Amino acid sequence: MVKKADFEAPVLGDYTEVPAVTPGAMQHSQPYVAKPAHNEALGYPGELVDNWQEVAVNKLGELVKGSRALRVYLDSCVKCGACTDKCHYFLGTGDPNNMPVARQDLLRSVYRRHYTVAGKYLPKLVGAKDLDEEMLDNWYKYFHQCSQCRRCSVYCPYGIDTAEVSMAAREIMDTIGKGQKYCNEIIGKVHKLGNNLGLPEPALADTLEGLEEDVEEEINVAVKFPLDVKGAEVLLVTPSADFFAEPHIDGLIGYAKVFHQAGISWTLSSHASEAANFGLFIGSVDNMQKVAMRIREAALELGVKRIVFGECGHAWRVGYSFLNTLAGPFDFLDSNYPVPQHIVEVTHDLIEQGRLKMDASANDDKRVTFHDSCNVARASRMGAKSGGQFSLPRDVIKASCNHFFDMPADTIGEATFCCGGGGGLLTDDLVELRVKGAKPRMQALKDVHEQHRITHMAAICAICKSQFSKVLPYYGFEMDQIISVHQLVGDALVFNSDS
Amino acid sequence: MSNSIEVDGKTLATDEEGYLENLADWEPGVANVMAEIDDCELTDNHWEVINFLREYYEEYQIAPAVRVLTKAIGKKLGKEYGNGKYLYELYPYGPAKQACKYAGLPKPTGCV
Repeated sequence: MVKKADFEAPVLGDYTEVPAVTPGAMQHSQPYVAKPAHNEALGYPGELVDNWQEVAVNKLGELVKGSRALRVYLDSCVKCGACTDKCHYFLGTGDPNNMPVARQDLLRSVYRRHYTVAGKYLPKLVGAKDLDEEMLDNWYKYFHQCSQCRRCSVYCPYGIDTAEVSMAAREIMDTIGKGQKYCNEIIGKVHKLGNNLGLPEPALADTLEGLEEDVEEEINVAVKFPLDVKGAEVLLVTPSADFFAEPHIDGLIGYAKVFHQAGISWTLSSHASEAANFGLFIGSVDNMQKVAMRIREAALELGVKRIVFGECGHAWRVGYSFLNTLAGPFDFLDSNYPVPQHIVEVTHDLIEQGRLKMDASANDDKRVTFHDSCNVARASRMGAKSGGQFSLPRDVIKASCNHFFDMPADTIGEATFCCGGGGGLLTDDLVELRVKGAKPRMQALKDVHEQHRITHMAAICAICKSQFSKVLPYYGFEMDQIISVHQLVGDALVFNSDS
Repeated sequence: MSNSIEVDGKTLATDEEGYLENLADWEPGVANVMAEIDDCELTDNHWEVINFLREYYEEYQIAPAVRVLTKAIGKKLGKEYGNGKYLYELYPYGPAKQACKYAGLPKPTGCV
């Protein structure tokens, strides 16, 4: 029996209904504030600075000056209401501050007060507000109830991206010394040790050695999990959860089996032992760059020809969209392959080329659906064709198992719902928010479960996997119903045991 | 706003979630007190997990992967115990986190 926390988990109905508005429903929810050491390691003041209002307003000015996108997002909302019922946290909690427009307005009202003419002189008329203690309190609470999943932006006629607004707000809060413990402690660990877990090289080596033993015992093939091997073709950068947690580690085993069968030499790096880049979540380009540089350094040090990312949602956003800007140029890599490449792209290519021997019936005990992770779905792409980030993972799953069914169309693809734990919210101090925010996805899962007797949901994101392991039991499912896509692949690969 | 627990008349500092601030403060009584707070009674099998975690941490400065832990427990107690379900029966708040806490180790961080 998995222990649950003391609040009422939502009950799933026949379909996801838009809840009645309950002001203040999540006013009590906020994550632990970072300790001085966590903030200082990232270059921020340890504690709230004395003149925080002034510093925050100046930082906001700096941000809108530096980002035309942010300024447009803050200027252009016409309060049409299209976003109001699109956020999973609103759908799960009914708190009106979790309507994307209201969340944006927390920052927008301060922006108007200081950076628009009308707001300076007639603040009440245009909804301009001062940044007082109450406002800062609401910023801290409600910008940590946004998983930066960007679902609302799909439905906004102006394309206003609440994720950018929430990242900006978090960066301002970091600048005045009010950081979030979960994100900042973790980023500090990456700077120091190379990964979110704080896993030192000997422990990583020991874990990988253990995996080699396990896999060989199971399939009688010496599949390797190489670490810091110079001259390997591929550097695999994967979330450190893949070394630690379930079901993540079965995904890692799947990647290793794919490389083994395709005869591709590969290595992990103890220097860049993390794909995740939480610098994104706190809106800090400096920290994001520092984390990304480790990948470049490792690639150069090991002399690899390709960089491949494992199953991690936001890492793929940073990898696909920003890696070259942050840590490029990557002209030393093989230009015949995308830089970076996603493991799903690698496996997909190999399947198309007939280089993998697969038996999908190995997964006949499972009936599978696929959860599109928000950052992969709405902030990146895969393969050469538009929509490849949706079709490639599904192709790979279908090659690995015989029973695949999608969840309802308005909950997948571009319209996918966040797992409820993204954007730096995957922490125990936000468990109520995480459970309630998962409601729309759980509703969709219940639908396919009832219609197609789905037994498993596959994902390609470490956060999604951990989040679902935690919240599935609150909705009457089992924690092990969430699996890695590459677990399916690994189990379907056929090896000649004498090879 | 400091957090702490009382063990054998000593006040030991913890973080907001009840993890010991200083690894060196740990003694077996810590696990017993923490278990009491969670309404959980520690059996010999619970202690096998705690002892393994402490040994592993001493060598590697980090908690073992869940898989490494289940394998080790399977070796010690028998194969039928070497699985995640059994560990969750022992530590219903999650073996990685709850058992680490009782063992005085820091909380595993990241996407776990």
